[in-house]
Amino acid sequence: MTDTDSNAVQNEWPLWEVFVRSRAGLDHKHCGSLHASDAKMAIQMGRDVYTRRQEGCSIWVVRADQIVASDPADKDAYFDPMEDKVYRHPTFYKLPAEVDHM
Amino acid sequence: MYTQAMDTAPKDDAPVVRSLHDAELQARFDARIDDGQFIEAKDWMPENYRRTLVRQISQHAHSEIVGMLPEGNWISRAPTLKRKAILLAKVQDEGGHGLYLYAAAETLGQSRDQLLDALHSGKAKYSSIFNYPTLSWADIGTIGWLVDGAAIMNQVPICRCSYAPYARAMIRICREESFHQRQGYDALLVMMQSGTAAQKAMVQDAVNRWWWPCLMMFGPPDDQSPNSAQGMRWGIKRVSNDTLRQKFVDATVAQAKLLGVTLPDPELKWNEERQAHDFGAIDWAEFWQVVNGDGPCNQERLAKRVKAWDDGAWVRDAALAHARKQATRAQAA
Repeated sequence: MTDTDSNAVQNEWPLWEVFVRSRAGLDHKHCGSLHASDAKMAIQMGRDVYTRRQEGCSIWVVRADQIVASDPADKDAYFDPMEDKVYRHPTFYKLPAEVDHM
Repeated sequence: MYTQAMDTAPKDDAPVVRSLHDAELQARFDARIDDGQFIEAKDWMPENYRRTLVRQISQHAHSEIVGMLPEGNWISRAPTLKRKAILLAKVQDEGGHGLYLYAAAETLGQSRDQLLDALHSGKAKYSSIFNYPTLSWADIGTIGWLVDGAAIMNQVPICRCSYAPYARAMIRICREESFHQRQGYDALLVMMQSGTAAQKAMVQDAVNRWWWPCLMMFGPPDDQSPNSAQGMRWGIKRVSNDTLRQKFVDATVAQAKLLGVTLPDPELKWNEERQAHDFGAIDWAEFWQVVNGDGPCNQERLAKRVKAWDDGAWVRDAALAHARKQATRAQAA
């Protein structure tokens, strides 16, 4: 990276991830990201960019560099062990017809 | 289309795979693509897949942003308050679309400033269509109907792009884009149904000027599109240029008839055997001239973008300085 490049990155507004609650009673859901100089501006821009058609009633913003994520390389080791634990699902248990709606 | 420069770039050959490890990763990547799976930002991907995507998504973003200019030209001159509000909303949408796409491109490791710098320095391209002028109010309706119509035709398949952040951005964009085409057709319908003879002539004139550049939006013919095969292999490009162009022509003919305008092509006619419309030869010399920087408005468009960026520098700097000062104060307290 050249000096100009690193200089450019330093002068860029930080990146924020935006989460929108579409209706009261539902979860906030990730909907995208944007650059803003501070939290107040991020909320304001989140409104302008992601709720122009009443897509939401509440917004969360989180600095992208504050998010800790699982490593995609660990995906198999992390999530595959659940594959053979079928007994964790209700459909694993075949019950007599009389009580099968349980 | 908005990313037509992808088709006009020289063929991007795959680099030699360097190690056994790379070969394994490459094989796993290919298998995922073949299986129709999505690739996420932090997944391993071949360098040229990444490079191709950065180019394509950023070109798409640049097109949205530059595309605000021809329409912005008419905001202050819209014929009614209703049309002005609609046009403002549409131009605001284009800004939003540019933003979704820049954000998707940034997930591939480029900063926003680097992407914008490529546009401002002329290194990156945007769609040729935005280098044509908007001479009358009818141009605004025509852009909505034809330009956005062509864009939708191209963008719907990209909703299934193998690169998930791009696909997600496209889904959001397509949802909003349909309003753009409908409001354009609606504006033209009003002029054609209740306008004066002069206003009707204005619509026909706009259609005459925009029709051929719209067909060029889909990019060069398939046999002159060197990167298409690789794009298809990677699940970045889903449908070929000529197929999309044909689909657009077939869809537009009936709309033109209903509107009461003539499409400016004497060779345009239904071909019973092909079950599609035949149409005249496209002037590819004009296309290349516009792509290579010599269209009617290339210089004006780019100069406006650069000026807007430069004029806004103090605002960006001041906002950042303010945020840093507030953060420092909060820490001290």
